[in-house]
Amino acid sequence: MNQRQVLGRYGEARAAVYLEDQGYQIVERNWRCRDGEIDLIATLESQFVFVEVKTRKGSGFGHPFEAITVEKMARMRLLAAQWCRAHQVNPIKIRLDAISVLISGGRISIEHLKQVSL
Amino acid sequence: MNLAKSYSVSLIGLSGTMVEVEAEISSNLPAFVLVGLPDTSLLEAKDRVRAALTNSGTAMPSRRVTVNLSPASVPKRGSGFDLAIAVAILAADKKIDAKSAAGCIHLGELALDGSIRAISGVLPAVLSAKQAGYNKVIVPMQNLGEASLVQSIEVLGASSLGQVVAHHGFGGPSTSLLPVGRAAGASADREVSQPDLADIVGQDEAIEAITIAAAGGHHMLMVGPAGIGKTMLAERLAGLLPDLSDEHALECAAIASVLGRYSDGIKLSNRPPFEAPHHSASMAALIGGGMGVPQPGLVSLAHRGVLFLDEAPEFQRPALDSLRQPLESGEVMVHRSSGTARFPARFQLVMAANPCPCGKWGSKSRSCSCKASARHSYAAKLSGPLLDRIDIRLRLQVPTQVQNTLARLGATEVGRSTNAVRERVVIARRRAAERLAATGFSLNAEIPGTMLRKNFRPSRAATLRIDRALDRGLISMRGYDRCLRLAWTCADLAGNATPDEHDLAKAFLLRGEDGNSAW
Repeated sequence: MNQRQVLGRYGEARAAVYLEDQGYQIVERNWRCRDGEIDLIATLESQFVFVEVKTRKGSGFGHPFEAITVEKMARMRLLAAQWCRAHQVNPIKIRLDAISVLISGGRISIEHLKQVSL
Repeated sequence: MNLAKSYSVSLIGLSGTMVEVEAEISSNLPAFVLVGLPDTSLLEAKDRVRAALTNSGTAMPSRRVTVNLSPASVPKRGSGFDLAIAVAILAADKKIDAKSAAGCIHLGELALDGSIRAISGVLPAVLSAKQAGYNKVIVPMQNLGEASLVQSIEVLGASSLGQVVAHHGFGGPSTSLLPVGRAAGASADREVSQPDLADIVGQDEAIEAITIAAAGGHHMLMVGPAGIGKTMLAERLAGLLPDLSDEHALECAAIASVLGRYSDGIKLSNRPPFEAPHHSASMAALIGGGMGVPQPGLVSLAHRGVLFLDEAPEFQRPALDSLRQPLESGEVMVHRSSGTARFPARFQLVMAANPCPCGKWGSKSRSCSCKASARHSYAAKLSGPLLDRIDIRLRLQVPTQVQNTLARLGATEVGRSTNAVRERVVIARRRAAERLAATGFSLNAEIPGTMLRKNFRPSRAATLRIDRALDRGLISMRGYDRCLRLAWTCADLAGNATPDEHDLAKAFLLRGEDGNSAW
């Protein structure tokens, strides 16, 4: 694993802890299929939440959320549908979220956007 | 709720519509959406605002920002909304005081480094803001001078976005030290050297004629051989007009502001404008045009002043004929794809023409080489309907040897400086305005023929000769009206209560021929 992947895994782990603190249950991490990967899949009150996690050290290249593009969100939607099909889940009660993990100056700040769209 | 607003002005022609700039920050992925009928240059505001915010010690929120310009039905263009957009976004992001931001009109274009650039049309925009009942406006520093002409509205100048956000309480309580515009009013800057009447050699009749033109607001045509001073005379006519009232100076300044003429800090003047377009000027240049957006033309720039067309027959015929509507109504309508604008255009028309293509006809020393037919077609380039609106048609003669000698000896008429003659003009205009007070007109040239013959008829004895000329068919009814109009101005200048026989005789001479054969 290179440095970027290490950072990414670390961010995903922090995001998972954050979600659990909020009462979510983590269903699956890094679910992969042919078309890509979903970072986190969690559930709360019988709703499935698909989460894209972005981790950055410093905001020199902009806020982590700025790296989530229209194409990325479109792929997320596709992957979420595939996951639902694979797990026989009713795709009506799903949500796409984004979580940013910003590490700067020894402090970690986590932001959570619910029901994102672009 | 992360919602805030500020205000700006959308200008079409001289009339502005208040535009509410609403900004909303929603918890969604970062995006910047600008809605509400913006044009291309306004859509580019997104990138300017983003860069300006970053370089002013603050930043775009890393969320979805939606900016709405309302009313959405009013077309908006240009870069003047940048400042209002930036302020609304910061207010929605709770970085500055939302109440302070919403209590203020913001005008100005942002540079990428966060400084504020001058925009055109600030003066009319501030005027419409005042009419709409707003009492505070922030303008670019370079536009502070023109904006301050508007009374009873607080005008602040800013040269960077940083100053504006500090004014609205960025990073603590409001620390505003924005310079306040002082209501100065227009000034008569006579230091600017105006051509003086005293420079002219001879041509006493011509000087009398331009004095009468200035006193009565009469349009004028001068015909004479090349090189005898037609242009000199026209330039001096503007100097004879009285100073503009503050209200009229503001009208002129508003038109110049739309064209961005004051953005580099030119002082405002209350001297009447003088515009002398080259004869290659197109109809759009004269009347007004613009790419998509209505822009004023030369007739509006010459509003309350003089429009001088040198070599008038050399102008394109459509360009000349397009002057008929503004001559009649004192305003022009400019229709463009993004809207229709009405610009004032109450100018005094002065035209100069050579008597023939070679310019020598009528000169005693040089012989003309033009055929009679060429002379005729040259004269016919000025259409009848246009000439109908011109009261004074003056034939200029080459000064005689005696006149030249007298001028050399300094024996010209005393009191022939521009300032002395202007005083006579001012007095004459005041007399006319008092007499016409009840009619709604203020200048003799504006009186319609019927009112002239009914309400302002000189005595039978005075008009005896022109009555006879009319009976014999020597002059037309329209020519008769022109005589009366000019006679009143002559009487005003001479201090007579009503025109006497001499005034009418003078008027008869100045009126020139009827119809197309002006020369």
